[in-house]
Amino acid sequence: MTSKAKQLYLFYQEGFRSMLVGRTLWKIIILKLFIMFAVLKIFFFPNYLKENFTNDGDRARHVLESLTIMPPSH
Amino acid sequence: MEDQILNTVNWARAQFALTAMYHWIFVPLTLGLSFLIAFFESIYVKTGNEEWKKLTKFWMTIFGINFAIGVATGIIMEFQFGTNWSNYSWMVGDIFGAPLAIEGIFAFFLEATFFAVMFFGWHKVTKGFHLFSTWMVAIGSNLSAVWILVANGWMQYPAGMAFNPDKARFEMQNFTDVALSPVAVHKFTHTTSSAFLLASLFVVGVSALFLLQKRHQKMAKRSMVVAAVFGLIASIFCAFTGDEAAFNVAQRQPMKLAAMEGLYVGADNAPLIAAGIINSRKKAGDDQPAFHQAVKIPGLLSLLANRNANSFVPGIDDLVFGNAGRNIVGAEQRMITGKLAVAALGRYKEAKAKGDMTEATAALAVFDQHKGDLGYGYLYSAVQAVPPVATTFYSFHIMVVLGTLFPLIFLLVLYFTFKGTIESQRWLNIACFASIFLGYVAQQAGWVVAEVGRQPWAIQGLLPVNVATTNVAASNVQTTFFIFLTLFTVLLLAEIRIMVKQIKIGPEA
Repeated sequence: MTSKAKQLYLFYQEGFRSMLVGRTLWKIIILKLFIMFAVLKIFFFPNYLKENFTNDGDRARHVLESLTIMPPSH
Repeated sequence: MEDQILNTVNWARAQFALTAMYHWIFVPLTLGLSFLIAFFESIYVKTGNEEWKKLTKFWMTIFGINFAIGVATGIIMEFQFGTNWSNYSWMVGDIFGAPLAIEGIFAFFLEATFFAVMFFGWHKVTKGFHLFSTWMVAIGSNLSAVWILVANGWMQYPAGMAFNPDKARFEMQNFTDVALSPVAVHKFTHTTSSAFLLASLFVVGVSALFLLQKRHQKMAKRSMVVAAVFGLIASIFCAFTGDEAAFNVAQRQPMKLAAMEGLYVGADNAPLIAAGIINSRKKAGDDQPAFHQAVKIPGLLSLLANRNANSFVPGIDDLVFGNAGRNIVGAEQRMITGKLAVAALGRYKEAKAKGDMTEATAALAVFDQHKGDLGYGYLYSAVQAVPPVATTFYSFHIMVVLGTLFPLIFLLVLYFTFKGTIESQRWLNIACFASIFLGYVAQQAGWVVAEVGRQPWAIQGLLPVNVATTNVAASNVQTTFFIFLTLFTVLLLAEIRIMVKQIKIGPEA
């Protein structure tokens, strides 16, 4: 490791080590990101167009289909 | 079927509103407090007084707590675009996909470098470089709000684009028209100045609490002076940009302005409603009065809307049913042309599929003629073009009343601080502390005006929310709505708990 890279590494390492409130905050951040990306995104928020259509042409056709449906008249 | 779509749309809207409102609890404090910290540290570097350093570090810790809890809460909205708003997401992807991604990468690198120096670098880099990093965090945090606000401005006033019927997308034609449209510019300036105002209220309020508790009084007074000056300047700027924003609303979203003021019948020398109680039974086109009680200032709405106190301001009835005398085409008429555009788009799609280019060209010509009213073609009734009037009206008035109150608080704080009696003004310190909560109310009310006031449109005049949404089961959206409600409430409680603990410890930590 070059001295510059080592300095940079030590800068972050010492910074993280000396944190007080920051440790709690990092735990919250990591837990939050885990819930968001590993739970919500995967199980609850699929990308509808990516999951149901294989290419952009099909996606465009699907959206165009929605755009050409007339609303019921009241 | 129609009820099911409406149900899904309403739950998707509720979920997006919930997420955006929670997100906007964290963001404005980050935007404003970053600059206040830069001011505090600049004074420390200039004077060399260690008390200012201690003060800077205290507010930096509060900033860090708010930032950490709030970070990535906005990503949830991107998840929702792909799942609940797939049509909208597809249609605007060409315009906002790349800039938002670039902004995300820019924000990440900014945070990874300058945030680290700001928090870890006190004894490791020079004073000058540390101060530079703090300023970069302030400027970078605010710049990272640019594109999302430009995107919101574009949805209110879709400029600089063309609809591509083959790809079913809006495509950017002129970057400058999108990025520097007057709506986008005022959206950014008004939003960021209101964030500065909120952060100033926060610092003044917490400092007032210290004065009430007779703790850290010297630090509290120093913080209060800087925050009150910044808050006062931000208030004036916020009022100026708010006036410009309202002028733009009048020119480009007249229905929203009419809802903001509960104006049903257009008038010359139109009055501004200073205060009023909306008649909730009032509908467009009926003879009922719009208000049970109202205090009016003659001509002020005309002045606000057109810079001319005698000018005509259209009301909801004019915008729904039209007003030939004033040359206003109403939603009723625009629905007819909108349906011609929708039908032409359908014919174009079918002709292209059959390879009939003559018919496709003819259909496209009709579409191009009427595409400005495309969104109206999806409405099933002209009154659907009217946003919820009471919600828009009250939110607007709450925002304006609070926005008028805050500079008075900053002025009083400065007056009594320079008089040397601020610590004995118990009533003012209580008012300052309460203003933290009122600041958040004003922030949320502002977004309610902007977003509820533009209903039914996802993209003004072109795409209503019921077409922008994905055809998913309402129960799915309901489930995730309550998951978010729980998650964000837990995060908010965690923020309050950690922040209160840190404020109790104070700058001695």
